[in-house]
Amino acid sequence: MPFDYAPAPESRAIVDLDSSYGLFIGGEFVESEGGRTFKSVSPATEEVLAEVTEASADDVDRAVKAARRAFTETWAPMPGAERAKYLFRIARMVQERSRELAVLESLDNGKPIRESRDVDVPQAAANFFYYAGWADKLGHAGYGNDPQPLGVAGQVIPWNFPLLMLAWKIAPALAGGNTVVLKPAETTSLTALAFADICRQAELPAGVVNILTGAGETGRALVEHPDVDKVAFTGSTEVGKAIARGIAGSRKSVTLELGGKAANVVFDDAPLDQAVEGIVNGIFFNQGHVCCAGSRLLVQESVYDEVLSRLKRRMATLRVGDPLDKNTDVGAINSAEQLAKIRELSAVGESEGAQRWAPSCQLPERGYWFPPTVFTGVSQAHRIAREEIFGPVLSVLTFRTPAEAVEKANNTPYGLSAGVWTEKGSRILWMADRLRAGVVWANTFNRFDPASPFGGYKESGYGREGGRHGLAAYLRRSDR
Amino acid sequence: MAGAPARVDVRKTYKLFIGGAFPRSESGRSYPVTDAEDGFLANAALASRKDARDAVVSARKAFGGWSGATAYNRGQVVYRVAELLEGRRGQFVDEVARSEGLSAAAAEALVEVAVDRLVWYAGWADKVAQVVGGTNPVAGPYFDFSLPEPTGVVAIVAPQRSSLLGLLSVLAPVIVTGNTCVLLASEPRPLPAVTLSEVLATSDVPAGVVNVLTGRVQEVAGWLASHMDVNAIDLTGVTDADLARDLEVAAADNLKRVRRAPLDGEPDWTDAPGLDRLTWALETKTVWHPIGV
Repeated sequence: MPFDYAPAPESRAIVDLDSSYGLFIGGEFVESEGGRTFKSVSPATEEVLAEVTEASADDVDRAVKAARRAFTETWAPMPGAERAKYLFRIARMVQERSRELAVLESLDNGKPIRESRDVDVPQAAANFFYYAGWADKLGHAGYGNDPQPLGVAGQVIPWNFPLLMLAWKIAPALAGGNTVVLKPAETTSLTALAFADICRQAELPAGVVNILTGAGETGRALVEHPDVDKVAFTGSTEVGKAIARGIAGSRKSVTLELGGKAANVVFDDAPLDQAVEGIVNGIFFNQGHVCCAGSRLLVQESVYDEVLSRLKRRMATLRVGDPLDKNTDVGAINSAEQLAKIRELSAVGESEGAQRWAPSCQLPERGYWFPPTVFTGVSQAHRIAREEIFGPVLSVLTFRTPAEAVEKANNTPYGLSAGVWTEKGSRILWMADRLRAGVVWANTFNRFDPASPFGGYKESGYGREGGRHGLAAYLRRSDR
Repeated sequence: MAGAPARVDVRKTYKLFIGGAFPRSESGRSYPVTDAEDGFLANAALASRKDARDAVVSARKAFGGWSGATAYNRGQVVYRVAELLEGRRGQFVDEVARSEGLSAAAAEALVEVAVDRLVWYAGWADKVAQVVGGTNPVAGPYFDFSLPEPTGVVAIVAPQRSSLLGLLSVLAPVIVTGNTCVLLASEPRPLPAVTLSEVLATSDVPAGVVNVLTGRVQEVAGWLASHMDVNAIDLTGVTDADLARDLEVAAADNLKRVRRAPLDGEPDWTDAPGLDRLTWALETKTVWHPIGV
């Protein structure tokens, strides 16, 4: 019998939104040249939060010029120790404004305040703090004694962790001496605009960071701009491939962090209560809007019934609803478009013969919602076992032997992450050795840290973000 | 008979090297290879699409065993190749001299650098993980480490000019780190590559770890770039910019890791290498585990 909770909403009074926003170019907010505007809505209520500018190709050109000027005149020539202090300053300001940023993120994205408060914002600050310390130590990072910045980075980020992905992109780029033009996703522009204000408060030299809001067209104009030296993209594998084609024949460097269909493998000797928590965290964290989500659960046959019954019992206690309520576990789906995609693939799951289950839960009437859902009786051929759903939908498959688990886990063009649950240490390492994935979580899932490299094998993209390895994406080695 | 030598020499048939065997091209085609003065040297096999696909299949089949071998073992195997190469110096000096139009002394100097380069890379096998991997000090009770792993099957378009030193400089780092490969030899100067494959066949390199094709870059490279079971492609030997762009476009279909051709032509391969080639076909895997009682 679930407990009743009194509502515990976080106040949104701390957020002071303008009715409309321009573009952040050359250190100031400016009007677009010929661009249109679009509305940023709260996915939990469909309320319009603000009007945002869709940057035009001319705006992209202006921003790249500003970034180029800042690169040659200011940022690259600046001693690393001085660049570092700006980054530390930014890290501190993100911490100082953490409550505001968390509320804004939950409003705009739909994620539970518990996650934006405890994960997104503190991790964003930590990324700036971490890479700040690298700015004056680049010669010790393993890329030769005197590695050089690449130049102007064009960065395009997704809507699932808006501020955190911004930090993953901007912090290592700036530490390396590059300047950036960053485009947030069209449904989640607001924390990037708040970050622009932080850059202003930190008195970051003009043009070092430029923020262009917009949709796919703006992103394309940015990555294909001839004066962009480096492209960094996080998003779908489909768009990642288009970017790789688009920059073919140029000298642009590129890193891509793309989709996934991670296997979360549970052996019969696993600590089942912990495993169930890990399964839930793996697929329902952030509404399943996670590229490394544990969306394929592989359970050893002998514990299948036990795991499923515990999982369903746990899922029935998940609280779905108001993202600003501090007790909420699962928030709103980020957009109507994404909700339609999740619904479509779930319907395909049923029509292909898998069995769908979701706990009964009251969903709000307005906004975009999808209950935590599990599919059983899934085969490897089913689309819900092969395609990234990017929502709170788990597909369950079974295996008998470790070799079969490896075979099934690796049977995907993706290779971003994987999970292993077992009490046997040697088996963890045996599995970790064989899983073709960039991140392997053993007896845990969905952990992130600025010091820990993250990124995919195969069609999950290339390059790493985080750690010493993350610097490689923004430096030219001096020891070719 | 006037003009006939006292003893007619026995000439070698230059074949492909696929899965440890030496087939001719299944297409039955060949092309004449000439020396720097346009004199005829030999007919080399003209690899077809089927040959390229067979080579990828062999490389994939060999990947599990080779990537799973201990680093110490891989280092010894590559070192053994250097030993055998040293023993056949004369043959390589002759072939490099004729292929590249060099004096015997100049060719010998290149062969020596090539052997030494192999030795240098052999020593990297059991060191690269310590140099580019390590533990990550995460803010929480987790043991977190990152280590390099081979990307998988790597296609290499070998340098067009440097027929042995350039070839080994691009090949050795790829295999010593545990990848398997399909190598498309220099189109005008393929003979040292074929002779190298004979060295590989009699060394301890498992069948399929290195597969050598000879033929037209314009023809074969496209099949490798678009092959969905190739994980990475090195375009060092692609000299035509339009072709290079097309190959990169094709490689995007499964997001191959692409190493572009150098902007300013072939480098001086006698320069000491850094870690760039050693690391370009490596993935970083990060593993997390909780710490607790």
